[in-house]
Amino acid sequence: MVEFALPKNSKITGGKTWPKPAGATELREFKVYRWNPDDGKNPSVDTYYVDTNDCGPMVLDGLIWIKNHIDPSLTFRRSCREGVCGSCAMNIDGQNTLACTRSMHDVKDGAVKINPLPHQPVVKDLVPDLTNFYAQYASVEPWLKTTSPTPQKEWRQSHEDREKLDGLYECILCACCSTSCPSYWWNSERYLGPAALLQANRWVSDSRDEATGERLDNLEDPFRLYRCHTIMNCAKACPKGLNPAEAIAELKLKMVERQI
Amino acid sequence: MSATDTPKRSMRTPLGRVRNLGAAHSGTSDFWRQRLTGVAMTLLMIPVLVIIMMLLGRNQAGAKQILGSLPVAIIMVLFIIASAWHMKIGMQVVIEDYVHNEKLKLTAIILNNFFSIAVALASIYAILQLSSGV
Repeated sequence: MVEFALPKNSKITGGKTWPKPAGATELREFKVYRWNPDDGKNPSVDTYYVDTNDCGPMVLDGLIWIKNHIDPSLTFRRSCREGVCGSCAMNIDGQNTLACTRSMHDVKDGAVKINPLPHQPVVKDLVPDLTNFYAQYASVEPWLKTTSPTPQKEWRQSHEDREKLDGLYECILCACCSTSCPSYWWNSERYLGPAALLQANRWVSDSRDEATGERLDNLEDPFRLYRCHTIMNCAKACPKGLNPAEAIAELKLKMVERQI
Repeated sequence: MSATDTPKRSMRTPLGRVRNLGAAHSGTSDFWRQRLTGVAMTLLMIPVLVIIMMLLGRNQAGAKQILGSLPVAIIMVLFIIASAWHMKIGMQVVIEDYVHNEKLKLTAIILNNFFSIAVALASIYAILQLSSGV
């Protein structure tokens, strides 16, 4: 059955409150999930105080400030710091989003609460293990598949057909959507999840691709595709403003279209 | 969930685990039928409510008079078929979502099928009995 409670060794215990930085005039409280695979302890939530006059406005700036000034052991992924790479996806104040594009001032009411992306195995602190997520992406074969002889120049596409990829190609695979989806929480071994399905629709919708039917065959499954119950958490979570639920609905429409 | 909590994993590659037994190439029929029965129930809801309200407080002879009419009996039987089918698909989705023990899941799905068919047949039989006034 679905487990609604955390396993014993994943239950969160009270964490350490780190001292306030000396001489700071404006402080922001950060409550950050900590878990170290090496110390054998349960996860905890540590409290930090960030000097907001000494760091940038984003949550990621705060985390980097903590790492540089308070606790170098705090572990999180980050790279581009401008919402392009998708590395710093985490749960901030109950919402999956990118730490680099979420301003800490947009988090109202007290502390900035930060947890790793929900329902994924944790590697350390805020770093989730996304192996299954990436394998699901690979399973939709996200590349152009053709059998016609390759043209001397590029595969041509009309402006209208190119527009059909808008709202699909922008996905940065941050996993905010998939890890916000209850259906994905319960069945992530078999349900591909919103991100992989949005990407699948990106290739199904590509006028240059010649494997549309094969792609749909690969998706037509009660679990791979039809676990989506239009909960819409994916669309709410997407930091790029995309709508994976709509992309999944389009896939279902194509499934019906080729059958009726 | 921390990494050490995950059940002991096989040495299969992640892609191998995701591909697993491959796509079932089904699910669209159930998806379509669930919507079809949903639309059918929406359309039938008002006539069914009217019929039920007309039946309120009547004795068997009065019920026979109303249900004995062919259009009324057809509306009732169609509503039963649509709702039982919708119930069966909906319950199966819930079972597939939440029951992860394969044996329990299979048993629940079998029982769900039996229950839905039994309820539908019993209801249709009741309508036919009442409409023929036996």
